Amino acid sequence: MPLSTIFPEFKIIRDKEKCIACQVCVRQCAFEAHIYDPEKDEVYSDDSKCVGCHRCEALCPTDALNIIKYPFDIKDNKNWTPGILNDIYRQAESGAIILTGMGCDKDYPIYWDRILLNASQVTNPSIDPLREPMELRTFIGRKPRYVEVERSQERDTVKVKTQLPPQLRLETPIMFSAMSYGSISFNACQALARAAEEIGTYYNTGEGGLHPDLYKFGANTIVQVASGRFGVHPDYLNAGAAIEIKIGQGAKPGIGGHLPGEKVTEEISRTRMIPTGTDALSPAPHHDIYSIEDLRQLIYALKEATEYKKPVGVKIAAVHNVAAIATGIARAGADFITIDGLRGGTGAAPQVIRDNVGIPIELAIAVVDSRLREEGIREEVSLIAAGGFRKSSDVIKAIALGADAVYIGTAALAAMGCHVCQKCYTGKCNWGIATQDPYLSKRLNPNIAARRLVNLINAWSKELKEMLGGMGINAIESLRGNREHLRGVGLEEWELRLLGIKPAGEGW
Amino acid sequence: MEREKQVADKDYRVPSACGIFGMMSRSGRRFDGSLIIKAMANMRERSNGLGGGFAAYGIYPQYSSLYAFHLIYDNDVAKNETEKILSLYCQVEKSEPIPFRYTKRITSAPLLWRYFLSPKKNADDDRTEEDFIVDLVMLINRKIPGAFVASSGKNMGIFKGVGYPEEIGEFFRLDEYEGYIWIGHGRFPTNSVAWWGGAHPFGLLDWSVVHNGEISSYGINRRYLSANGYECTLFTDTEVIAYLVDLLVRRHQLPFELMAKVLCPPLWEEIERMPQEEAELHQNLRIVYSEALVNGPFAIIVGFKDGMLGLTDRIKLRPLVAAEDEDMLYISSEEGAIREIQPSLKRVWMPTAGEPVIGKIGATSYATEHYIS
Amino acid sequence: MKRIYIHEEYCIGCRLCEIHCIAQHSRSKKLIKAFKEEFPRPLPRLVVEESGYISFALQCRHCEDAPCLSACLTGAMYRDEKTKAVLHDKDKCVGCWMCIMVCPFGVIKRDENNKIVSKCDLCNGEEVPACVANCPNEALEYR
Repeated sequence: MPLSTIFPEFKIIRDKEKCIACQVCVRQCAFEAHIYDPEKDEVYSDDSKCVGCHRCEALCPTDALNIIKYPFDIKDNKNWTPGILNDIYRQAESGAIILTGMGCDKDYPIYWDRILLNASQVTNPSIDPLREPMELRTFIGRKPRYVEVERSQERDTVKVKTQLPPQLRLETPIMFSAMSYGSISFNACQALARAAEEIGTYYNTGEGGLHPDLYKFGANTIVQVASGRFGVHPDYLNAGAAIEIKIGQGAKPGIGGHLPGEKVTEEISRTRMIPTGTDALSPAPHHDIYSIEDLRQLIYALKEATEYKKPVGVKIAAVHNVAAIATGIARAGADFITIDGLRGGTGAAPQVIRDNVGIPIELAIAVVDSRLREEGIREEVSLIAAGGFRKSSDVIKAIALGADAVYIGTAALAAMGCHVCQKCYTGKCNWGIATQDPYLSKRLNPNIAARRLVNLINAWSKELKEMLGGMGINAIESLRGNREHLRGVGLEEWELRLLGIKPAGEGW
Repeated sequence: MEREKQVADKDYRVPSACGIFGMMSRSGRRFDGSLIIKAMANMRERSNGLGGGFAAYGIYPQYSSLYAFHLIYDNDVAKNETEKILSLYCQVEKSEPIPFRYTKRITSAPLLWRYFLSPKKNADDDRTEEDFIVDLVMLINRKIPGAFVASSGKNMGIFKGVGYPEEIGEFFRLDEYEGYIWIGHGRFPTNSVAWWGGAHPFGLLDWSVVHNGEISSYGINRRYLSANGYECTLFTDTEVIAYLVDLLVRRHQLPFELMAKVLCPPLWEEIERMPQEEAELHQNLRIVYSEALVNGPFAIIVGFKDGMLGLTDRIKLRPLVAAEDEDMLYISSEEGAIREIQPSLKRVWMPTAGEPVIGKIGATSYATEHYIS
Repeated sequence: MKRIYIHEEYCIGCRLCEIHCIAQHSRSKKLIKAFKEEFPRPLPRLVVEESGYISFALQCRHCEDAPCLSACLTGAMYRDEKTKAVLHDKDKCVGCWMCIMVCPFGVIKRDENNKIVSKCDLCNGEEVPACVANCPNEALEYR
């Protein structure tokens, strides 16, 4: 075999003093980075196989393991970094596109970290959410422009005449992003569904169809219809609380999905309605949507199929012309628009696409909200933002910029144990999340995972309430689109203009 | 845009504490302005001499069919430009300076003029007459530097300026006017930039609004109004409330009680406890008018041609007290101000958070009417 | 009585239960010391059954109608009156292996070094037995 120039990404440090050769690490590593030598009764490691998921480190009972970045020092070079070289070595050996998982990890600006929130002082009392009501309830769906009431003279009563189009009711403006059964394990799907039900929010099936055992969570499910139409049938459409047409994904705008055949188990083949062991390839575009009028037809076909009882939304990746595309989608009849930003995650995408296509979600929210308002159609559509939400402050800033709610994906996975090693596409997720291998998927106990998800969302919701109270606001709708409460630091004039916010230091 | 900029630079959205007062005769009896001036003087602590004003209804009975425009001009150029526009869009039946007298403390003033107008609306213009007037007010306020329409209703007027309210009352000789509803305001802004147009009440058509508070939802309320054709040019919280009231009551035809519920909606947990029909009404109002919810501390008094309304925010972070005697309804920041002018009251009560006090000429009760039994 | 329940669907076969069981029954009760310095190493009092991806940790069920109690020749096997656990008195055990023969679960093991049997003692009064406390996936439950 010719010499491989690929160098390891991680170094496994094993403290021999502490290692008791119990082999927990050996049993836990699906990448076979730990090997037991029965002759010497010792465990040794192969750095080249380590993906940096830290599963062994977390389970080692004696803390004998420590995974660190591989110290690969070439001559200092800002251009030819070790990472870039390794990619070249890899491609020189394979001749293939580099696949990856999760969202873009490159050093583009994260505007959330350049935006600051307001708080009340003196002239306006802040509100303590522990003592005063603080409301996060949010409705997703088309809203009429006004409410018409009917007055009855003799009884001196009013009755509401305006009926609302179907709405999703969220107890907190955070939902779980589309992650398909296939890309993640059944246990992970079940944990998301159970957590969504407990919190009073929604999870999204992704394009993987809906496993029969999860139909009971339908009231908290958004079912997705993507270009492959996997698992789409009338029962599926009617099982959920809303339907989302997936046009694009932030991690891979312009690219379809690819579920490798190894992940298409019997259960998945049944759910997706495709043969076992075949690659599930969803086309890059919907081949029945080549323009906006075609989208309109699909929106209304789905509304017909569900008797206009469910909101139908459209998910797109944040690309350069996102504002105009979003208004088109609103005019095509969508009840909500999901925008997935540059940092949106994925189970598998070409690295070059993930890291170079799309725009940051912060700018996308701002320009879409502004455009919809300029066009006077903001109330006709709800705006859901997705792609890289890391903490409650990101969420509240997104809402102040104009989003109705956000989807979290990676943060939810992290709550379940994900260490963002970006190896989802291998199907060997050591944390039992992005895998269909029964040895691995049972590592995710849905009881624990659901509990941790509920904890995370509850914690974030409490933080949202604290921040709202600080701003003297006791209902989330008074912050939505209220950019007066945001200020930018270290931002250029054009960035402030696009975000529609003032620089820090400027008053009202 | 330039006008917006200019005004924004001048002042506004300056946080301010305030004293507010409203009084009306249920029978429609007219009385002069000396009573309300006395009541406002009682709350001198609540203002700092940087803004005061009054709205009075029923003061121009001889011109009751005409729109009475009160204008504040910085200079003659603004006045000339405005008059050109006024005569383009309206028949100007009468044009005169607003009478005043200089007082010990108010020794200078901008140009103060009033016009009685009937709109010249083309037959093919499908706007309502009120919308026509609203557009005209917006046009002047936005486009003509140094001109500001202080009030634009019929048989009513707003008198306001920089000074303590009792001085403003004296300056405008309000003891010489007789009205059946009077609303007053004393302002305590946190900075000293003073502009007569920035004082309260704020008026549009027959609406006049006085307001004590700072609105934390201002940013979104303003964007909501903008989408509905109201450009907030003054950057005052009060302006936002006036436009919301106009939009909800005049254009969307909501009863006052429900308009109050849009501004200060019940909590979701309260809605859940309501009977189904009522819950549906309040849920729909909250969902549809989420951007019209006025958050943050406020107490307001809204005057209109046949009544007035008092309201506080949903957790009552600003004071408001109501009282009545045989004929009169009073709404005030402080009870003392009411007792100053009427020591023998039939009833005094503290409206709860978000619960409107509504008085209507000819009505028998001031309590909130509960529409759904 | 409180028992250890097994959720085999969540057992990940890591054998941390076994490792901590050994440490718990060592002299020092310290993992590293128990494995590196104490010889002979104590036996684990549980077995991890594995077949393909299915695995689970099995300990003495502390049966209500425990055959080992009747099979024991010397009375070394006894029921604790307070906890109702089936315990084993090593001083009385003669290593006849009768209990092993009758145990329907195969959870009693030969301790060849001491020529006595070894079985789960529910960690002798610990609030939660070590195997349960250290299961990373809640595949063992003590209730």
